Amino acid sequence: MWKKYIKPYRKEAITGFIFKLIEAFFELMVPLIVADIIDNGIGKNDTDYIIKMGALMFLLTFIGYGCALVCQYFASKTSQGFGTYLRNDMYRAINAYDYDDIDRIGTPSLITRMSNDVVQIQLAVAMIIRLCSRGPFLIIGSLIMAFRINFQMALIFLVCAPLIALTIYLVMFKTFPLYTNIQKQLDHVSLICRENLSGIRVIRAFSKQHYERKRFHEATSKQKDEQIKVGKIAALLNPCTNVIVNCGIMLVLYVGAIKVNVGTLTQGEIVALINYMNAILLAMIAFANTILILIKASACYKRVEAILDIQPSIVSGNAKNEDSDAPLVTFDHVSFSYHSARAIEDVSFQINQGETIGIIGGTGSGKTTLVNLIGRFYEASSGQIYIKDKPIQDYDLSQLRQMMGFVPQQAVLFSGTIRKNICWGKLDASDEEINDALTLSQSSFVFDMEKGIDTYINQDGHNLSGGQKQRLTIARALVKKPELLILDDSASALDFATDAALRKAIASLPQTTIIVSQRVSSLMHADKILVLSHGQLVGVGNHHELMQECQIYQEIVHSQLSKEAA
Amino acid sequence: MDIKTIKRLLTFCKPYMKYLYCALICSLIQIIFTLLTPVLIGRAVDHVIGVNQVDFHLLYQTLIYIALSVIVAEIFDLLVVRLSNRMTYAITKDLRDQLFERYSKLPLSYIDSHPHGDLLSRMSNDIDLIGDGLLQGFTHLFNGIATIIGTICFMLYINIPIAIIVIVLTPLSLVVATVIANKTYKYFQEQLALRGEMSAYVEEMIGHQKIVKAFAYEKVNQETFEEINQRVYVSGVKSQFLGALANPSTRVVNNIVYASVCVAGSLYVVMGHMSVGSLSSFLTYANQYTKPFNEISNVFTELQTALASAARIFDILDTPIEEEVSTPQTINHPQGHIQIVDLTFSYEKNQKLIEHLNVEAQPGQTIAIVGPTGCGKTTLINLLMRFYDPLAGHIYIDGIDTLNMDRSYLRSLYGMVLQESWLFHGTIKENIAYGKEASDEEIIEAAKNAHAHKFIMQLKDGYNTMVSEEGGNLSQGQKQLLCIARIMLMKPPMLILDEATSSIDTRTEKQVQDAFDTMMQGRTTFIVAHRLSTIQKADQILVMNHGQIIEQGKHEELLKKHGFYHHLYYSQFDVQH
Repeated sequence: MWKKYIKPYRKEAITGFIFKLIEAFFELMVPLIVADIIDNGIGKNDTDYIIKMGALMFLLTFIGYGCALVCQYFASKTSQGFGTYLRNDMYRAINAYDYDDIDRIGTPSLITRMSNDVVQIQLAVAMIIRLCSRGPFLIIGSLIMAFRINFQMALIFLVCAPLIALTIYLVMFKTFPLYTNIQKQLDHVSLICRENLSGIRVIRAFSKQHYERKRFHEATSKQKDEQIKVGKIAALLNPCTNVIVNCGIMLVLYVGAIKVNVGTLTQGEIVALINYMNAILLAMIAFANTILILIKASACYKRVEAILDIQPSIVSGNAKNEDSDAPLVTFDHVSFSYHSARAIEDVSFQINQGETIGIIGGTGSGKTTLVNLIGRFYEASSGQIYIKDKPIQDYDLSQLRQMMGFVPQQAVLFSGTIRKNICWGKLDASDEEINDALTLSQSSFVFDMEKGIDTYINQDGHNLSGGQKQRLTIARALVKKPELLILDDSASALDFATDAALRKAIASLPQTTIIVSQRVSSLMHADKILVLSHGQLVGVGNHHELMQECQIYQEIVHSQLSKEAA
Repeated sequence: MDIKTIKRLLTFCKPYMKYLYCALICSLIQIIFTLLTPVLIGRAVDHVIGVNQVDFHLLYQTLIYIALSVIVAEIFDLLVVRLSNRMTYAITKDLRDQLFERYSKLPLSYIDSHPHGDLLSRMSNDIDLIGDGLLQGFTHLFNGIATIIGTICFMLYINIPIAIIVIVLTPLSLVVATVIANKTYKYFQEQLALRGEMSAYVEEMIGHQKIVKAFAYEKVNQETFEEINQRVYVSGVKSQFLGALANPSTRVVNNIVYASVCVAGSLYVVMGHMSVGSLSSFLTYANQYTKPFNEISNVFTELQTALASAARIFDILDTPIEEEVSTPQTINHPQGHIQIVDLTFSYEKNQKLIEHLNVEAQPGQTIAIVGPTGCGKTTLINLLMRFYDPLAGHIYIDGIDTLNMDRSYLRSLYGMVLQESWLFHGTIKENIAYGKEASDEEIIEAAKNAHAHKFIMQLKDGYNTMVSEEGGNLSQGQKQLLCIARIMLMKPPMLILDEATSSIDTRTEKQVQDAFDTMMQGRTTFIVAHRLSTIQKADQILVMNHGQIIEQGKHEELLKKHGFYHHLYYSQFDVQH
């Protein structure tokens, strides 16, 4: 998985890596030069030599700096590129999700994963290039240098280095799960706080503030204890590693002194060894931090991977929408369960082209679910839906949905101009088409606006009234001149006159129309009315037929219409 | 930096001052010994000059000093970290507790008018940031400053001219760091803004994915997203590169210092003004000297963030809380006789909502509140429960002004069931007994009265079933039944109810209605009504629109008026002429 996104930036990644190694190599040379200065310069009182070697140190410093810059540049390019590709893919995956997937993961979580998690991973990629090469190289390099200076002295390094590594590993190993505990505890604290905010009226109605405060205190105390516990272990890291390194240095001095005394080692070399010992410690700590970042990033990556791995259960077919006289929609013993609750049960009916269909039923009777099945937003659990006599699964999803104009229950508009919003229905709609759609949907208020169809709409359309938004969503569906117009309870915010004018305008168009409503008055003139109750189809027919045959329809009508109208 | 905020934050440290003092003393000791170690090592090197020029006696002595110095330094280091941990976590706990207490005392108007996400993020993120800042401050700030001063002293002690070289060259690294930081800041801001734009876009589109799918707009969205993403990339490379410059740049300054010390020191040694060991100590110092500078600048950024967060916390701690009357009145045997007299209220000063409202409810009567969605029916509930206080006018219960009662006492007189049932993370039993400590028998009795007993028994653990986070494992109707059971247990003289319009599953709907009816018997009830039968049975109807009560009376009277109620009745309840 990592490889896939690194690939386009392989060259950059490798270049960055190499330049970092060169920099680390120069860094490694420095103690050696110092030793040289002490032994040859100071030892032989050769000031020219000292200045020459000093100049070399300056030179190495600047070359090293240049290499570091090159590395940083390529590391930035690689990690940012990595993140960009990853985000594109994530967004593509999310775009293909079913309703269900989005509901399950939740929008906030999707957004965190796309922003924070990807940033963490980017950081890790940059770190791998920058520090994963430098750290091990410096450690190994220092060891080799120590061996070059003196084999026996280097054995001290061979003991110290693993000890430092072990200490770092043990502390990290012990604290890591504890940090997870702290996070869990913090989540618990947040949960109580959230419950208290959402339930503030109930809590105050029952005067339970004291009780809640106690609950909260307990949670924060527990959190504090956990934090202190981790802190105690984490605090050991620095002292322990420092003690090990200094023990190493003392050993170098002790053993070194004996060797210097017999002439197998020089004073300058001792200074160099001490420097390498310090360098190893610093490199190891930096390396350990890199590993921590990597561990965090791998947790993030798991969350990101989960997004990429979800395969939508609804797979597009490839059939195109063709003109035909066959019935537009056919339901053949269709059932649908949502989270193991039956939402639609064994429903069969047919919608012919050009008909106006009403769907009525109480809340939770399955009206919206039924309509969503027609758009294949959900997949039927059993039975078969046909569109123009072809199984709905055969159709290309975007072709299928292009055929239909949806007006959802909730009037949703997007930030952008009115034109941009209407063009959702038809990407290349001309001004004339837009104006027609606005007129049909009774949205003439747009023409009175100063900027007309180029008026900007805020997110969620906060600068429009509910009725205005609703009419614009209808215009958006009408502009595509759909074969099937679906109005899902979408005239609720309109006043009577507008509602009537709208119904009349829609009736003048040739398309097939489905009107979902709880109101008898909205659909009593439909060619066919489907009556739903508890997910079952309990009646099909026009108003008069249903008045005679369908008891539930009668009940609905009697509860809504006065006797004489019925 | 804001001095006031710092001072205020320090008051939170007060109970832990003894830790702070101990930490400072330990830190001082630790630094002295940490800095002493390189000097001792240098001295040890000086005892090892060449063949037959090793003074073993002095070397061993120095080695023992080194060992002692290291041990003392590290023990005190451990103490410093532990003390500052203890202090920081205690302070953040106190802050959280205080903030929570404040939340529970703030007027509802404050909670209602602030996004809960923001209040929550103050509780978690902001306080975490303060904790990080404090920890960094306690451990690194003092330590850093002391280390710098100590290092300078030690260097001056060993050799003055070379020390001066280091002192003069080091600010260079600060200058470099500042220049880079300023440059980067602009790009970081740009990066943040772009990321914000991207999140906003994703949120809008994913939030309305149903529309996106319905209009087969995925492709267009993908293109727009990739365009924004590309801009994020371009700016990201710049800001990341510049940000990453800081490290090598300070390192290069450090290396320059190191090389200079090396050359100058060696020359001094040649001239006989200094020993090789001193040169070695110097090199160690030069290597470590810039580190505290970097650390201090990090600490300052963290402290700045922490102070910004602290200001956000104090902002809430300073918001005035609800005042209670000094000598609250109570009612001996509450009958439920409610009089609303000349009540005036508004949420915003220039927009009057309720003006001169008069309503009287005799004990046991039912008052229905009707109106289109969003007409402000909850406003009246807010006033009855004193979640909000009126601008003028009074509400009397059995002749006693509710303004003279304790809020919690007043609220205990009402039983309230809202449409959005609130349950907390605990067992069903605990949730029912939320209003009143009760025996198991009483709880079951209440559940039976609320028609909830049956479904509770069908759950795996019965009354001990855990209600998951915000009641996720129960249906909307079941949750409401539990809320009703809560009220049944309390037997309050008055009720405030909100009939559910939607989201209740049909099977439970009837049970909820029955439970409501049982509960309302003999109790004065204010009910936000959605059902025709409730309205027709009501003793009085309050008709609301745009937050105002525009009509009141009985069903037939109101119909005869041919006013808003008439219109509402025929549209809202789908009754045609």
